[in-house]
Amino acid sequence: MIDTLMAGDLVRYTNGKTTLTGTYITERDEMVVIKLDSGYNIGASPEKIEFVERPAPRPQATAGKVAQNPDLPELAILSTGGTIASRVDYRTGAVMSQFSASDILRAIPELGEIARYRDRQIASILSEDMQPVLWQKLARAIYDEIRAGVEGVIVTHGTDTMAYSAAAVRFMLKTPVPVVFVGSQRSADRPSSDNAMNALCSAAAATSDLGEVAVVMHATTNDDRCAIHRATGVRKMHTSRRDAFQSIGTEPLGYVDYPSLSVSLSEEAVRRGTEEPELQDKLEERCALLQFYPGMPPSVFEAFEGYAGLVISGTGLGHVSTNLVPELRQMIEEGTTVVMTSQCLHGRVCDRVYNTGRDLLAAGIIEGEDMLPEVALVKLMWVLGNESDPDRVRRLMQTDLAGEIRRRSIP
Amino acid sequence: MMDYEALGLKAGIEIHQQLDTTRKLFCHCPTVLRDVSERTGEFQRYLRATESELGEIDRAAREEMRLVRKFCYYTYDTVCLVEHDEEPPAPMNPEALDITLTIAKMLGMIPVEEVHTMRKVVIDGSNTSGFQRTALVALSGALPGGCRVETICLEEEAAQRVEGDTFSLDRLGIPLVEITTAPCMHSPEEVAKVAAYIGMVLRSTGRVKRGLGTIRQDINVSIAEGARVEIKGVQDLDLIAEVVRREVERQVNLLSIRDALRERGARVDPNVVDVTDLFSGTNSSILKKARSILALRLCGFAGLVGREIQPDRRLGSEFSDYAKKCGVGGIFHTDELPAYGVTAEEVARLRERLGAADEDCIVIVAAGKERATCAIEQVMTRAVMAMEGVPEETRKMLEGGSTAYMRPLPGAARMYPETDVFPVTIDPAFWESVTVPELLTDRAERFVREFGLDEGLARQVAFSEQLPLFERAVAAGVRPTLAARTLLATCRELSRDGVEVDHVTGDEILALLSAVEAGRAAKEAIPEILTELARRPQESSLAPEERVDAAIQKVAPSVSKADVEAIVRRVVAEREGFTRERGMAALGPLMGVVMKELRGSVDGKVVSEALRRELERLLS
Repeated sequence: MIDTLMAGDLVRYTNGKTTLTGTYITERDEMVVIKLDSGYNIGASPEKIEFVERPAPRPQATAGKVAQNPDLPELAILSTGGTIASRVDYRTGAVMSQFSASDILRAIPELGEIARYRDRQIASILSEDMQPVLWQKLARAIYDEIRAGVEGVIVTHGTDTMAYSAAAVRFMLKTPVPVVFVGSQRSADRPSSDNAMNALCSAAAATSDLGEVAVVMHATTNDDRCAIHRATGVRKMHTSRRDAFQSIGTEPLGYVDYPSLSVSLSEEAVRRGTEEPELQDKLEERCALLQFYPGMPPSVFEAFEGYAGLVISGTGLGHVSTNLVPELRQMIEEGTTVVMTSQCLHGRVCDRVYNTGRDLLAAGIIEGEDMLPEVALVKLMWVLGNESDPDRVRRLMQTDLAGEIRRRSIP
Repeated sequence: MMDYEALGLKAGIEIHQQLDTTRKLFCHCPTVLRDVSERTGEFQRYLRATESELGEIDRAAREEMRLVRKFCYYTYDTVCLVEHDEEPPAPMNPEALDITLTIAKMLGMIPVEEVHTMRKVVIDGSNTSGFQRTALVALSGALPGGCRVETICLEEEAAQRVEGDTFSLDRLGIPLVEITTAPCMHSPEEVAKVAAYIGMVLRSTGRVKRGLGTIRQDINVSIAEGARVEIKGVQDLDLIAEVVRREVERQVNLLSIRDALRERGARVDPNVVDVTDLFSGTNSSILKKARSILALRLCGFAGLVGREIQPDRRLGSEFSDYAKKCGVGGIFHTDELPAYGVTAEEVARLRERLGAADEDCIVIVAAGKERATCAIEQVMTRAVMAMEGVPEETRKMLEGGSTAYMRPLPGAARMYPETDVFPVTIDPAFWESVTVPELLTDRAERFVREFGLDEGLARQVAFSEQLPLFERAVAAGVRPTLAARTLLATCRELSRDGVEVDHVTGDEILALLSAVEAGRAAKEAIPEILTELARRPQESSLAPEERVDAAIQKVAPSVSKADVEAIVRRVVAEREGFTRERGMAALGPLMGVVMKELRGSVDGKVVSEALRRELERLLS
């Protein structure tokens, strides 16, 4: 007999008149999960499970390196934990994310026809666990890859906070080559996943004439093209759809058609070689983003005492309730930079139309123009990390630094 | 006549039955089928087999991937993002699980303690996700006759193929039970019998979908020296035995071809020859337009490729099925040439080019270079298999009961957990509380015993979709025979005569039967009243009883007893000579005359009673 069962152990399951053998997978919520020979998993009471034998460990899959074509341009794939390729162990049901270039190429062989790749793992986290310190680490790694001479960079990222990371990198980094963030909305283990098409489109974009930071994801629910979104104007607008990422207040920088992988860029898109590589990676992390809601008590602001910056996602043209104005005035007087954006997401903040807005302006808030609230937050972190003079901070927040503010609202 | 026992026939079945739930298995969409013309949009996707742990892709999945295919899906206002594979699934529909447990209990099965939903990889396009969600619910049941049911699974129905690579999403996600028996049947008739029994058990729940396509059988067949072959999608119960017979025949013939090949020392020439130039001036329209024509020499195969292995199927048909996986239309082989515009002279040149002897067969494939190469390799693969015997395959049924190759049998390596759906615990107390409905066969026997229906009618009622209505009618005091005859015979006859009986609701039929029983209409008038009800547009403001009364008034207004007697007196008086001549024997003919005048609005018994009295009075 054996004390603890291990995944892969052969076990016998007896329930009344039925006896079956299966493979032990795990124990969860006081139930043992076993996989029957038919491939089905079932949950069983531990006392009905008997150890039979422990099969000899299977030889490690000796998947060697995949040969790459030295004549193709070189791209760097930096992974943060977002899954662009998976492998399924049907024996245990485990789904393993793939991070090495060879593993990714085995899963998506067509990538090998576009470029050759070097891989680098920055983090292995869920994107909701992303931290500003990792944005910095990522920006530095990308900068190093650019200096090392790659023709483009692909960053694989979970989709939840991908837009924040892309915007953060954009503010910290000037790049002559494309830096493309990519992820998948539908898990990479499923045959219908958007991962392969997004990856192929991102590789095409990373070898294209683009010269800025972008997010490349499905443009529609069809597997027919990906959109190239500017890092500072993109937002995840749906919880689950493939085309969740949308450019807000602007058109995408371009598209990659699938399966032809031909890239078309708009005139707006910054071209390859326009910028010299430059890294300014300081961030002021004591910044917050607060969504106003009707009835929000003034005490909420107490949580942000001592913060260097606060972005408010206000209502409509950029409002909070009048009873909050004195609190905000006090915060600003005590040194917090407060930027107003709108939870409408679409449109420009204008605090000169109504009395509340005018009161907010008088209290010292900065109109965040048509910046997305999250982009304003990331920008504020960067601006405050690099500048302490309040007037210059104000001016920078209202200046378009990286495509985050559009001077003209296009009908 | 085959000796199935000597051949070692083993057969099992998998029955797939759609459940009649209000919503789908993993979303809140209704379980209704739509016409493709009602679609509200379409979208396109590719599917890609996921690499498994040892870098292996399931052999069935790999075969599907031979063609890079773009799938198109039709969507409707009755499907949601879950069917689009754009939203995670909702929790498992408890109604569907409840029905599954009911069926499991009827089959004497043991439920699993905790149900885990799995993803079964299917990349033929019929599932937008590339997998089918399926869960094992219960194990180890018994069938009369000693056969065993191995498992019952609850799974989601696949999307319906419209044509080619286009699918319709209305069906995707409808709950389905899959019942798998052990390979415990040993004759074609036994397979048919078991399938019929399980079908009866399913319908006994009253909670499964009825009609074409709502139940499908897959049949597993093997003989001792053959191989396991799974035949998909046999919808017609009457064909099951024939499908088994023909599969046994096919396996027997493939084995005899194998023996002949071995005896001849047959082999497959590994050198594929490009013969495009040979056919530059051909009259064959297929060969003429092909960019590439490739030929393969099968040494010692002559006469065997064209040999029939099943009605309308030859070994060559099997080669052709394999080749079609590469997107070619088919193949030519010298066992059937010259034909199809290919001349004897061309065949001779072909033989010469490949250095083929008389006992050799040549297969040619015509297509674009890439497809032709793929196809000829497929033929090569299948020809090698012919020397080994019967390949393990998944096949599809053709009209009549023969089959065609679909794909290799799927390996076991294609299931992994559906992590988006939580496991469901089956509480022992809940299992105890699941009630087992009366089997339809038992119900039919009860109808004979309790209602005095004859056996045929009782069975017909019990198995009919009208069973619930019949039971309601009987509960409402309608005579069982009247209810049964009306619901089955009368409605069917009317429908055959072009009356749209479907327009008449169950409530209306019930109201009509009650009216008859209350004496407000004669049972002879039922067909006419039903016809009237079927014709009149339903006025929703009226209750069923009101609509029925209106119909009665229109076609068969009730006649008072005095009216009946007056008519009887008049009819008899008008035919007094005839009556006196015939005596009481005039009753029959006079009955017809009176009933015609009354247009069936009075019960025949009442009329005959009145007539008898009148005749007795006159003749006394």
